[in-house]
Amino acid sequence: MDWGAIFSNAAVELISPTTAAYALAALGLAVHFGYTGLLNFGQAGFMALGAYGYAISILTFGFPVWGAFLVGVGASVVFALILGIPTLRLRADYLAIVTIAAAEIVRLLFTTNTFASVTGSANGLSGYKNEFAALNPLAEGSYGFGPFENNAYDTWLRIVAWSIVILAALLVWQVMRSPWGRVIKGIREDEDAVRALGKNVYAYKMQSLIFGGVLGTIAGMIFALPRAVVPSNYQTTLTFFIYAILLLGGAATVLGPIIGSMIFWVLLSFFSGFVARAVEAGWLPFMTAIQGGQLRFILVGVAIMLIVIFRPQGIFGNKKELAFVR
Amino acid sequence: MQPTHTAQRYIPRMLAILFVTLLAAFTMATFSVSSAHADEVGTEYDFTLSGNVKFNGEALDGVAIAVDGNGYTADTVTDAEGKWAIGVPEKGTYEVTLDEETLPKGVVVAKGGNVIDTEFGLTDRKSVNFFLGEGTRNTVSFFDQFVNRFVNGLNFGLLLALAAIGVSLIFGTTGLSNFAHAEMITFGALMTLVFSVNLGLPIWLAILIAIALSGMLGYGLDAVLWKPLRRKGVAVIPLMIVSIGLSLALRYLYQYFFGGSTSQLPGAGMTDIKFGPISLSPIDMASMGISVVVLLGVAYFLLRTRIGKATRAVSDNPSLASASGIDVDGVIRIVWVVGAALAGLSGVLWAYFRPGVSWDMGFQMLLLVFAAVTLGGLGTAFGALIGSIVVGLFVELSTLWIPSDMKYVGALVVLILVLLFRPQGILGRKERIG
Repeated sequence: MDWGAIFSNAAVELISPTTAAYALAALGLAVHFGYTGLLNFGQAGFMALGAYGYAISILTFGFPVWGAFLVGVGASVVFALILGIPTLRLRADYLAIVTIAAAEIVRLLFTTNTFASVTGSANGLSGYKNEFAALNPLAEGSYGFGPFENNAYDTWLRIVAWSIVILAALLVWQVMRSPWGRVIKGIREDEDAVRALGKNVYAYKMQSLIFGGVLGTIAGMIFALPRAVVPSNYQTTLTFFIYAILLLGGAATVLGPIIGSMIFWVLLSFFSGFVARAVEAGWLPFMTAIQGGQLRFILVGVAIMLIVIFRPQGIFGNKKELAFVR
Repeated sequence: MQPTHTAQRYIPRMLAILFVTLLAAFTMATFSVSSAHADEVGTEYDFTLSGNVKFNGEALDGVAIAVDGNGYTADTVTDAEGKWAIGVPEKGTYEVTLDEETLPKGVVVAKGGNVIDTEFGLTDRKSVNFFLGEGTRNTVSFFDQFVNRFVNGLNFGLLLALAAIGVSLIFGTTGLSNFAHAEMITFGALMTLVFSVNLGLPIWLAILIAIALSGMLGYGLDAVLWKPLRRKGVAVIPLMIVSIGLSLALRYLYQYFFGGSTSQLPGAGMTDIKFGPISLSPIDMASMGISVVVLLGVAYFLLRTRIGKATRAVSDNPSLASASGIDVDGVIRIVWVVGAALAGLSGVLWAYFRPGVSWDMGFQMLLLVFAAVTLGGLGTAFGALIGSIVVGLFVELSTLWIPSDMKYVGALVVLILVLLFRPQGILGRKERIG
């Protein structure tokens, strides 16, 4: 049993760009679900729009990085408006069903063969990294130490990704302390009371949906940079994983989504590494290597159930500020 | 979906009845000549690309297929059954070309082009299928297509309704949007597969056992999970997230035990029988018959029996029902058992409709079930029935205008549009949406 490899593989996940992307997407979901009480099950759709908006702008239209970034953000604002207009006046579970349906529509539109020349259909898109790599101020060579040692591009990607996460976290923290944030939290606690105070609840909800959605979109771009954009990555399961992270950390917190994402990915990587090697070593004779890989998804599902039942406020949450809408 | 069957089911059936006999005669004629063709090349290699070239269910013989990739090229022609297979030395990406010149007159590759890039998955075999259509689209009888799709859509809508009524009743009585319903659907199909294929029981018995086990699963879930949570006073939204966790855990548990492949139930590949423009397999007809009978049974249960009336009362207003002496917990238990059994049956029929049993089949259908329930009005059983039929028809009929890989998009767009203009759904009442 190579414990060193298992631990160092798990440690890599601590600051990997994927962890940052999930943390940012979970932060967006915290704005929706934790602070406003909006049950958005379409975060995968926002992420897909970010990833595809960025990739298509660069590959098909030859935009610079900032242009591609703005296209992705613009697409997600439009998406949030389309989602919000029919559903934000309705009960929470309607938003859940519509957002999950809309995210699937987005994924199916990116998967279909009809637009294959632009979207690459099921094979997705790749080869959009050069523009981002060209901005890299770091010289060639390797940076960091131990499991955190990376080449110049990967280090640059990590610096950018985590800077964005930290900036977004500071922004969410400040915004939620502002008068706007107090109204938002008021809507979560009692929508009618806020309406009675003369606030336009619908407009506030829409602003929150757009704000969290844009965070999700930027997360989608970070998620796309270390890999190719493939539509099957943006299935409903992605949203559920982000919910798992959010619930683990605490829904109505700023640090929760970030620490939650780190814990989630380190544990997941450790668990997969351990099971894979245990199967190899013959410790688990009733299991094949493929089955070992599926075990972690079962575990995520069970973890979601247990957290919601036994610690609904998550690790950092405050039980008084319980984020569940009634 | 199994590619071969997709091709068969969704190839535009454009020939008028008159031509069917002619085509049959033509195929009979080629049958006798064709046996000399070499249909399989490269048999010395471990990995195989294969396919089946058919148009309107008729095998096309002598169609040239070429494979190119990884520095290897080979070509072959289809045999009398329309089949071809080419062995290749290694896994990887290959370009498969169908020579359109060799297709019979009037037949062309309809979608996706005659060149397909394909890549091996986990298995050593990879099937490659071309979508054929009539060359001259102007001669299409739109009406015939419409009628055929309409009947298929009705079949799909009826099997959706079986699942949707369960979702709707559970929502009505407990307020839970049950995401794990998808796994209850899959459960019925998987159990049928286990008892019919693995244990060799006759299919009717296997289906009955699967439905009974599904009902027991519903009972078990309610007793072990949902009832204690209701007792604990957990709110509706956390319950919904618990059902998502349960759905995720069960889905991957199925994959853990059954693997990622698609298996067929006995009798899945039966040939279609044509009634004028409509072509249906005996299974399709049985499926529609069973759905209609079961749905009538559920309607009788809800409208005429004491427990059914109690169910509707709880669905309307749980506290008032409880105050009038109705055993709310008992009703909810019955709803879970009935809902799960209906979901199991729906899964079996869905396995024949798609066709194939796989670990995530229920999840593929779940959003359409939710769309149907929302369309009909959350919490109303008959609304769910109407919503399902609308969704089923819409999914099938929309393929007349939009590519079939986008047919679910249409149904989901309709869901959003309905919420925009009539948020309470077709049969829902306004105060429900609060």
